[in-house]
Amino acid sequence: MTGRVHKYGDNVNTDEIIPARYLNTTDPNELAAHCMEDIDLEFPKKVRPGDIIVAEQNFGCGSSREHAPIAIKAAGVSCVIAKTFARIFYRNAINIGLPILECPEAVDGISNGDEVEVDLISGKIRNITSGQDFQAKPFPLFMQQLIAAGGLINYARERISSY
Amino acid sequence: MGQTITQKILAAHCGKKSVDPGELINAKVDLVLGNDITAPIAIKEFEKISAADVFDRDKIALVPDHSMPNKDIKSAELAKAMKEFARKHKITNYFEVGRMGIEHTLVPDKGLVLPGDVVIGADSHTCTYGAIGAFSTGVGSTDMAAAMALGEVWLKVPEVIKFVYYGKLQPWVGGKDLILYTIGKIGVDGALYSSMEFTGETISQLPMHGRFTMCNMAIEAGGKNGIIEPDETTLEYIKQRARHVYNVYQSDPDAVYKDVIEIDCSKIEPQVSFPHLPENTKPISEVGDIQIDQAVVGSCTNGRIEDLREAASVLRGRKVHPDVRMIVIPGTQEIYLQAVQEGLAQIFVEAGAVFSTPTCGPCLGGHMGVLAAGERAVATTNRNFVGRMGHVTSEVYLAGPSVAAASAVMGRIASPEEIE
Repeated sequence: MTGRVHKYGDNVNTDEIIPARYLNTTDPNELAAHCMEDIDLEFPKKVRPGDIIVAEQNFGCGSSREHAPIAIKAAGVSCVIAKTFARIFYRNAINIGLPILECPEAVDGISNGDEVEVDLISGKIRNITSGQDFQAKPFPLFMQQLIAAGGLINYARERISSY
Repeated sequence: MGQTITQKILAAHCGKKSVDPGELINAKVDLVLGNDITAPIAIKEFEKISAADVFDRDKIALVPDHSMPNKDIKSAELAKAMKEFARKHKITNYFEVGRMGIEHTLVPDKGLVLPGDVVIGADSHTCTYGAIGAFSTGVGSTDMAAAMALGEVWLKVPEVIKFVYYGKLQPWVGGKDLILYTIGKIGVDGALYSSMEFTGETISQLPMHGRFTMCNMAIEAGGKNGIIEPDETTLEYIKQRARHVYNVYQSDPDAVYKDVIEIDCSKIEPQVSFPHLPENTKPISEVGDIQIDQAVVGSCTNGRIEDLREAASVLRGRKVHPDVRMIVIPGTQEIYLQAVQEGLAQIFVEAGAVFSTPTCGPCLGGHMGVLAAGERAVATTNRNFVGRMGHVTSEVYLAGPSVAAASAVMGRIASPEEIE
């Protein structure tokens, strides 16, 4: 996948990703219309399908609201690359199938507006604009299986049907 | 090699003698929790699993608390979906408005979580129950859905940071100040993916409400769970509440920790966290002149009866500053009634404060106290992110109940010591 980068700083929190005033809906498209609104008011207008969010430390900290990764995914974002993720956001992204990668070197080597190519299976990240290559940390085996199963719900369905 | 209390609880829930940090396990859960914002998504996902029924109708708690009483039609629809799910699956622990409370105050008060339990909740402050020696952690709605079907959750066994608190607390200093100080010291990702084990003589002396407040905010340091070994204070709290068999675990003396952080509490003043991160803490003496528009006492962090008593002790016989709105929110209906019976409600109303029904409301900028552009609040809540309590240019300062009450009187962030 290839996309244009929207870059943010440390501690991007779930209130910024999707403010609580929009949590009276579960509709992904409605949530996407307000995605990142309190940190970047223009984001919902400027984001294009396939775009990539790049951020520093502790992306997604705060609330457990799954509305946050849902909003990002529904906005068309293909992948989030950060130095670290807050743990509940990390789980939620894996569970709903929003691709995320931890790669501090890539975050340092990517600027806002760069074109970036990501291979999720190998974890290879290429900054097309600068020509630099980076390698993300691989997922633990269990999470690879979860991703391969198509997320936690498919995994749970397989478990239930095997009872 | 010794095990921490967190490792022992997790090992017992995946059928192992011991577990190691980093290990991925499927743990049996003793309680799965959701609220009116997170459960509706979980219910949709649950339907996709095609499970015949929930794994155990007694081990699911559904609490409408965030936008309660219903703040608008959309919120009412979400609450309705949760209620219908509860009826369909005969969920034992569904709490209707009028009988509910803020989930993290209600659930332990009802005895639904006990020492040694594993609890997951689709709410980040589920980590609160570590205060009674349970492993409890926040997850998302999809995790909640899978756990409602399977009765288990995938977890990575966390590394553990041990915090040792020593020294006698100064007047007006409590659990809120200890945890804000701790977050200020280690940062909002200082315990990322890790367990925070709170120990030491100061914790042994700390009453239950202060312990709940500390574990509640473990997530604000990025922690997976906060936990305190059960002691006499814990057992006294659960004595009248326990509904199921429980297990008291203690960390082994030779347990392995990622880090050990010692904190001298005797020098800690009441703390205030400045916008827009909980780690921006200052002692009250260094706050300066910060005018406020609103003061909030309540939330899953500080809505217990002791918190209300503390605020009332400052407000008794005084008036809220003419420029300030003060909102006091008891954590549960029982606490509400207790506050009425003890005369606390009268103190709040006579002081010119609002005394509200239980709700998460203003803490997340939902309703019952949303801030306008440029407004400033001091609140006993848990987050002060950009726009957390309302408009994107509003500000939230976090503090304990006595500072919030003193600030309401003075019209600026103030220490209770300033009020004579």
